Amino acid sequence: MEFFIQQLINGITLGGVYALIALGYTMVYGIIQLINFAHGEFFAAGGYMGVILISYLSAQGLHPYACLAISLVLAMGYCALLAMAVEQLAYKPLRQASRLAALLSALGMSIFLQNGLMLTQGVYDKAYPTEITSGGLSWGLVSVSYMQMFIVALTAGLLLGLNLLVFKTRIGRAMRATAQDKVMSALVGINSNRIIAITFAIGAALAAAAGIMVGLYYGSVNYSMGFVPGIKAFAAAVLGGIGNITGALVGGLIIGMVEVFAAGYVSGEYKDVFAFVILIAVLYFKPTGIMGENVDDTRV
Amino acid sequence: MTIRGSKKLWTGCAVGLVWFLILLWPMLGIKPEGFEFAATFQVFGYVAVAAVFVLFFYQVKEAGYLDAAGKPIQSAAGLIQRAYAKTPTWVLLGATLAVAIVFPLVTGRYAHDVAISVLIYICLGLGLNVVVGLAGLLDLGYIAFYGVGAYTYALLSLNFGFSFWLCLPIAGLLAAIAGCIIGYPTLRMRGDYLAIVTLGFGEIVRLILNNWMALTNGPNGILGIPRPELFGFDFRSLASLYYVILAIAVVTVLSVYRLNYSRIGRAWEAIREDETAAELMGVNTFLLKLLAYAMGATFAGFAGAFFAARMRFVGPESFSFLESAMVLSMVVLGGMGSIPGVILGVLALVALPEVFREFELYRMLVFGGVMTLMMLVRPAGIWPAKRVGRRSEEME
Repeated sequence: MEFFIQQLINGITLGGVYALIALGYTMVYGIIQLINFAHGEFFAAGGYMGVILISYLSAQGLHPYACLAISLVLAMGYCALLAMAVEQLAYKPLRQASRLAALLSALGMSIFLQNGLMLTQGVYDKAYPTEITSGGLSWGLVSVSYMQMFIVALTAGLLLGLNLLVFKTRIGRAMRATAQDKVMSALVGINSNRIIAITFAIGAALAAAAGIMVGLYYGSVNYSMGFVPGIKAFAAAVLGGIGNITGALVGGLIIGMVEVFAAGYVSGEYKDVFAFVILIAVLYFKPTGIMGENVDDTRV
Repeated sequence: MTIRGSKKLWTGCAVGLVWFLILLWPMLGIKPEGFEFAATFQVFGYVAVAAVFVLFFYQVKEAGYLDAAGKPIQSAAGLIQRAYAKTPTWVLLGATLAVAIVFPLVTGRYAHDVAISVLIYICLGLGLNVVVGLAGLLDLGYIAFYGVGAYTYALLSLNFGFSFWLCLPIAGLLAAIAGCIIGYPTLRMRGDYLAIVTLGFGEIVRLILNNWMALTNGPNGILGIPRPELFGFDFRSLASLYYVILAIAVVTVLSVYRLNYSRIGRAWEAIREDETAAELMGVNTFLLKLLAYAMGATFAGFAGAFFAARMRFVGPESFSFLESAMVLSMVVLGGMGSIPGVILGVLALVALPEVFREFELYRMLVFGGVMTLMMLVRPAGIWPAKRVGRRSEEME
């Protein structure tokens, strides 16, 4: 039983991280119907930015939590800028082109960014200063580290903020309008290019936060760390219903749980396979996902 | 070019460069000990100079100052093109084949090695070309079939002593079956979902190869795979292996060519251009897409069996996603759907990096960049296929 509860807690932590990455996929897909392959790289860049900034700031003698907070904000801003640059460069000119062209361009960007990270940061894992969030609570065999609490709290906070942004502000309304109908929203005075850029920026900022969390959670970052979590987060987005923000959260939690329980009870070596199997099963049996909307089957 | 256009161009360039600096510096410049600028400005300097140079060249060309130099080049190109159009195809093909046959006789071991990997990638590229170029299905797990072929030969020859020539068709067949298994559940999906699902499948295959210790010996791979042998002739030297893969490549080229101009090839192209319209015209789209998958996988299976025989070792890391991406960028660079294009693309991305060995590290960076750049500048590739229509959705 303790093992079960422990796995549940781990699953929620991991699921929250996947949900944050999945949001970027789902928002971008919702607005321009493109799978942003480079999204995993925003996540990895966020993780690296985190380790760079935290080690710099803590060398300046700042309080660990202040370090973490400042690094988080800066890394999110950095990835937002990165995403806007990528969007402007690689996706915007292809808005009218065929889907294959846009997908290939996104894939090219992903490979480019991944190798850019490798060249600037090196091939080896970079260790996170984990002493920042050491310690935790424990009840018998069940233990929750402060870091896990921090991850869950931050995820919840970011999701709440995103929800407010999308459903309560003008920008959010413009985003929803653009997602529904680009031409019509342009007619009522929404600059759809700007909205798309903002969507990319928000998605990447969330991914950057997830990157820092994963870095803290596993204790290190690697230039290729964006690849597998990227696919899993995409699976989460599809599972929840692509284009749906709540769906991304639900999907992320389910994928996180499945992965943790599969690793705990079935096989650790094949834990990555389960997310892919879920992805394929969902696409086969219920392509609209759990909370599906925004699926337009006439598109090829 | 108008002054306004030129202004816009240069402002765009300046904004882009500033943006690049902002993105580059934190990655290179922030160290725990403090800020550092030298490395960043060095990289930034190279990029900035290159960007300004390219832009300057572009503007001069647009303004027509280069016509004096461009005209003779253009007329020369025209001459070559006309000569090319006049020469019968069989002469060109014969000449190419003759060069390919004579090649190992006049070159050394290193050149043989490069040529063999070029030919392997030609097989892979052409196989992927069937899936991506002809049928228009983006397959990101293509290398899995290559892995299936390689492990098929490795396991059958080591465990049962099957010969290479017997294993070759078996590898192709098993790869085709794998293609059907992967294709059957995925091909009903929309195009972009297909891409990510094939990516997932490719990863699953790699994970299985990596973790199924009893069968594949896991991450250690399989050692000591026998070389091909024919009527007592042992293909010991690289040159003789070169002829084996040359034969496989020629068969691949011929089959892809015949497929392209057959009823099936036309149906694939119809599916690529507009699936709904193709279905209305009576094309069985599902079956044909599955066939495209299986055919593409077969060629990868052949190439994989040869790869295992040539390296005499297979390990799961040869079949990672990056390999798929490499083959894909070759197809995209050369021209999707075009056989000479794919061959050119392979030559450009396999043979050229051998020449610039010191830039080995930048190889994948360039591959990714090339893929995006080609989509932006020349989506049809270096040597575009003859029959490519405008996709219906482009006119949205």
